[in-house]
Amino acid sequence: MTISPNDFFIFISLALMTLSALWAVMATDILKSALGLALTSVFLSIVIFLLGSPLAAVFELSVCAGLITVVFISAISMIKPEGHTRGEDLGLRRKRRLKKYLPLPLLLVIAGILLWVNRTGLPVSPPPPDGSPLTMLEVMWDERRIDLAGQAIMILVGVFGIVVLFKEYMNRKGSAD
Amino acid sequence: MITLFIAVPLVVVLILNLLPRKLANALSFWCGMALTVISGVYVLTTSQSSWLFGFDPVKRILNWEIVPSDLSAVMFVSIALVVFSAFWVGQYLFSDKNRQFIFNNLLLLCMVGMNGVVFSRDLFTLYVFLEIVAASSFILIALEKTKAGIEGAFKYVLLSAIATVLILSSIALLFMTCGSLDYHTVRACLTSGQLDAGASRFALFAVCLFVAGLFIKGGIVPFHGWLPDAYSSAPTAASVLLGGIVTKAAGVFTLVQLAQNVFGFDKPSPVLLGFGMLSIAVGAFAALGQKDFKRMLAYSSISQIGYIIIGLGSANVFGVVGAIFHIFNHSVFKTLLFVNAAAVEKQSGTVDMDRLGGLSNKMPVTGFTSVLAFLSTAGVPPLSGFWSKLLIILGVWQSGSPTVAIIAILLSLMTLAYFLSMQRRVFFGKLAAGLEEIREADFRALVPAVVLAVITLVIGLIFPWLLGTFLVPLESLL
Repeated sequence: MTISPNDFFIFISLALMTLSALWAVMATDILKSALGLALTSVFLSIVIFLLGSPLAAVFELSVCAGLITVVFISAISMIKPEGHTRGEDLGLRRKRRLKKYLPLPLLLVIAGILLWVNRTGLPVSPPPPDGSPLTMLEVMWDERRIDLAGQAIMILVGVFGIVVLFKEYMNRKGSAD
Repeated sequence: MITLFIAVPLVVVLILNLLPRKLANALSFWCGMALTVISGVYVLTTSQSSWLFGFDPVKRILNWEIVPSDLSAVMFVSIALVVFSAFWVGQYLFSDKNRQFIFNNLLLLCMVGMNGVVFSRDLFTLYVFLEIVAASSFILIALEKTKAGIEGAFKYVLLSAIATVLILSSIALLFMTCGSLDYHTVRACLTSGQLDAGASRFALFAVCLFVAGLFIKGGIVPFHGWLPDAYSSAPTAASVLLGGIVTKAAGVFTLVQLAQNVFGFDKPSPVLLGFGMLSIAVGAFAALGQKDFKRMLAYSSISQIGYIIIGLGSANVFGVVGAIFHIFNHSVFKTLLFVNAAAVEKQSGTVDMDRLGGLSNKMPVTGFTSVLAFLSTAGVPPLSGFWSKLLIILGVWQSGSPTVAIIAILLSLMTLAYFLSMQRRVFFGKLAAGLEEIREADFRALVPAVVLAVITLVIGLIFPWLLGTFLVPLESLL
C-alpha cells in the first residue's frame, strides 16, 4: 500500500480538521468555539481542494469559514455571554468533555481509514451519458436552478429567524442604554 | 401550479415586509387565508393535466418539471387545510399584532417549504425544501422565547441536524452509486439488478441512512425524543401546524413517496412493521400517562404515525392506500384537537388536565368537536379515521402479518382509553374550581374547529364514493 503526496496532505488536513473540530466542541469560551469551527471549515476546504473540486472548496471557504463565522461572531458580540470559569476547575471540565466527545471523532476516523483501505470496492460515479462533463455554471444554472432558488428561500428564512429571535433582545438592550 | 404554490406565498411575504407595518399586519392574515383557500380549491377542482400545462411562468424560469399525482394532491389539500387552521388560531391566540404578523410570515414560509417537498422529484431538491420546513419550524417553536420553547426548539435543531447528516450522507452515497439524484433514475438504478454486490450493499446502506433520517423527521420511535417537547412547548398556534402537518410532510409523506417511487419497497417490510408497531405502542402508553393536554396529543401523534408506517410496511394496495388516507385524516383530526387545545388554553389559561374539568357545558362547540376528533382518532365508525385504519389493518393482515394487525387493533382500544380519559378530565364531569366564569372560544377558534369537524364527519360518511373515485386511483402508486 503506497501513499501518494496528495493522499499524505489529505490525511494531514483531515487530522487537523478533526483536532480543530474537537477544539470547537471542547472550548469553554463560545468565541473560541466559533473560531474552532471556522478552522475546521478551512481544513475541510483544503481536503476538498486536494480531492479535485476547487470550486466547492472556494464555496466552503467563503461561506462556511467566512460568512458563517462572521454571523457567529456578530451574534456572540450581541449576546456577550458570561464566562463559566467561576467555582469550577477548567482543566477538570476539559477532561470531562474530552471523555465525552472523543469517541465520535475516533469512530469516524476509524471508519474513514477502513473505507480508504477498502476503497477499491467503492462504487465510482458513472460518467454523464453524453460523455462530456458539465461545467459548474451549467450544473448550477441549468441543472440545479430550483435548488439555488430553494437555498435563497432558506437564507430568507434564516435572516427572518435572526431578526425575529434577536429583535426584542436588541430593542430591550437599546432602551436600557 | 409552482407559481401559485411556491412563488406567490414567497412574494407575499416579501411585499408584506416592505409595507408599512400597520397595513402589513392587517393584510397578512387575509393574504394567508386567500392563498390557502385558493390552493385547496385549485387542487380539488382542476384536473392534474392542468398542473402541467396551465399558466405557470415560474415553472419555466426555474426549469422545474413536476409530476402530478394523487398522492401530491392529498398532501396539497392537507397542507392548505392545516395552514388555514393555523392562521385562524394564530389570530385568536396572539394578542400582540406584531407577533401575529411574524407568525403569519413564518406560516407562509413553512407552507412554501412543504409545497416544495411535495413537488420535489430530485433527492437534493427534496433535502433543500426539508431544511426550509425545519428552519421555519425551529423559529415557530421558539417564537415566544420562553425557556421551555427554546429548549424544545433546541432539541428539534439538534435531532434535525442529525437527520440532515444522515440524509445528506445518503444522498452523496446514492449519487456515487447511481450518478443522478432524480427519483426516476435512482429507482431504475436501485431496482434494475445491474449493480454489483459491493454497490448493492452500498446502496442499501444509503437507503437505511435516508430512512433513519426520515424517521427522525417523522418522530418515529425510537427517534421521537424531540417531538413531545417541541409540540408541547411551542406556542399552541405553532403546535397546530407541527402536529397537523409538518412532521407528516417532512417525515411520513416523504417516506411514503420515496418508498414507493424511489427505493421500490414492493415486499412487506418487517423493519417498517416493527418500527410502526413500536411507535403505536410507545405513543399510546406514553399518552395515557400525560397530564398536559398538548403533550398527550404529541404522544398520540407518535402512535398514529405508527399506523401509517405499518400500512406502508405492508406494501400492498390496502396498506399503502390506507396509509395515505390516514395521513390526510390524521392531519384533519389532529389539527382539530390542537385547535381545541388552543381554545381551552386561551379560555382557561392552562393545558394541565388536572386543573380542568366540566368544560363541555361552558364550551359546547369545543367539547363536541373534540369528541368527534377523538372518536375518529380511535377509529370509531363511521368517522374518517375508522376507514383509514380499516384499510391499514386489512393491508397488514393481507401482507401475512396477522399478529401485527391484531396488536394494532388492540392498541387502537388504548387510543380510545387515553382519549376518553382526556375527555373526562377536560370536558366532562364537575366544573373545576376557578373556571366558573369561563366562556366558549370566539369565532377565530370555532371556524377552523367546525370546518375540520365537518370534514371528519363527511369524509367518513361519503367513504364508499371516495374509495371508488379518489382512493382506488392511488393504487397506481404500487
